[in-house]
Amino acid sequence: MIQVEAPGLLTTVQDLGRWGHQHLGLAPGGAMDRDAARIANLLVGNDPGAAMLEITLAGPRLVLESGGWIAWTGGPSTITLNDADLPGWRPVWAPSGSRLAWGGLHRGCRGYLAVGGGIDVPLILGSRSTDLRAGIGGWRGRPLQAGDRLPIGASRRPTEKPHAGACWPRWWVRHDAPPPDQPVTLHFIPGPDWQTLPDSAREALATGAFRVDRRCDRMGLRLSGPALPAPLGPERLSAGVTCGTLQLPPDGQPILLGVDHQTTGGYPVLGTTASITRSQLAQLRAGDAISFRPLPIAEAQALHRDRERQIGRLAVALEMAWSIADGTRPQHRPPDGAHARSS
Amino acid sequence: MKPAARIAPLGDCALQITLGARLGDATNTKVHALARRIRAAGLHGLRDLVPAYTTLTLHYDPQQWTHDTLGRALTALLTADEDAAEAPTPAREVCIPVCYGGEYGPDLIAVAAHAGLSAEAVIQRHAGALYRVYFLGFTPGFPYLGGLDPRLVMARKATPRLLTPAGSVGIAGAQTGVYPQATPGGWQIIGRTPLTLFDPARAPPCLLAPDDRVRFVAIEPAAFNLEAGGP
Repeated sequence: MIQVEAPGLLTTVQDLGRWGHQHLGLAPGGAMDRDAARIANLLVGNDPGAAMLEITLAGPRLVLESGGWIAWTGGPSTITLNDADLPGWRPVWAPSGSRLAWGGLHRGCRGYLAVGGGIDVPLILGSRSTDLRAGIGGWRGRPLQAGDRLPIGASRRPTEKPHAGACWPRWWVRHDAPPPDQPVTLHFIPGPDWQTLPDSAREALATGAFRVDRRCDRMGLRLSGPALPAPLGPERLSAGVTCGTLQLPPDGQPILLGVDHQTTGGYPVLGTTASITRSQLAQLRAGDAISFRPLPIAEAQALHRDRERQIGRLAVALEMAWSIADGTRPQHRPPDGAHARSS
Repeated sequence: MKPAARIAPLGDCALQITLGARLGDATNTKVHALARRIRAAGLHGLRDLVPAYTTLTLHYDPQQWTHDTLGRALTALLTADEDAAEAPTPAREVCIPVCYGGEYGPDLIAVAAHAGLSAEAVIQRHAGALYRVYFLGFTPGFPYLGGLDPRLVMARKATPRLLTPAGSVGIAGAQTGVYPQATPGGWQIIGRTPLTLFDPARAPPCLLAPDDRVRFVAIEPAAFNLEAGGP
């Protein structure tokens, strides 16, 4: 069990989403930063789609009632385990009774905490993700609250008290932290209304003139900048949209949709971000500047496949690291040729 | 010759097929027929099939398809002889009991005044029509219905209500629909149904499915309370 002492700003149980129900109006949802979430799971020996915690800007205080392997990934943060700094992007053995305090994120917006065995909440319509709008899934269909006790599944890694205290390997999964104070570049595949924009509007979107507004959540991010002219032509009929779709409402301030997006939308569509920039999108916070770069669809899909191959190699490298170790702890260095790298 | 369908990428994990430009039964029927053909073809790697007024959006796994390979597979289905496809099952008709007016339909009087009709006449016209579920969206189980009597067309409220109770039946422009959840909303609310439109514990979770036909049946407040299981 995980006891929640303080829930943080918005902490929810997520997996990789509830697919197959968009025709009924249910958003796929799931972890916003899909790669960080998958890597956290792989680090503790879980299936990449196991349920973990997604934290937002300011994290929770938790007590782990029994010992287990944990890993955190996502935006750079300070986390303490029994008052000692806890490194991220690697597996950590946390003895029973460990107190985990997640401070604010220094940069980025979301962090992920995976535990060996995953958060063992029931599957609702095929997923353990919390859908806040429908009020289903995750822990009782809502964000965590103080006093909640979350069940944990059976871990594939040994949990027979390998160490009295916390311990972790010297290796970690490398990851690219976004350079501070520069616009975040989001590559996107242009949509039907991109070509109808005047050059000045496309220029503004390409040069970081838009910032993330305070109104941003898992449903979508309002952007603020120079008002863009409404595309010409008749009013658009509602049609399917997806995570990363860049809409242009009549006020000229674009909306970038998140994973909890409405399944259909009627605003003009300027484009949809490439899936390889999903992590950058997930880590945007209010005030961040964004620049949008068009990317041909074939290139975006080739990059997507490269990314999936990298994650696959990482999973193999981590399995090797565990199997070479003595079975009670991951060894301190990854085996030759299996340098874990996420990006 | 069939009118050409347009296939366009929606990012690198989805694409959108547009079958027409105009809102109407004819194009929407094609959308649902195409969705049925794609489902019957059993294509692997498809995650979601989302019909809307004139479009069908496919969410797919780009590990299994590229935009081009999936586009070619779909073009074959688009041009396949529709008669060769399995005959569509007749549309399902769902009856939705509605308690009109009073506390259940606070805007019924306003809609009647706007239409120049009596409240009874509005109920008769609203409950007398057969509606078509163009698609579900907005919130889980929310039906976009076509077939509203033109006389009942009325714009949204200038200021949305902070909370519209679950089951509320409303009018917005030429659309009518039912709120599955209690949400803020700007629709003109003329009644409420005791039925639950979305229940994740039910299989299927939604009362309505795309392409269903819907008929509203006027009920008395006593019947509403009986169906809703309490006063």
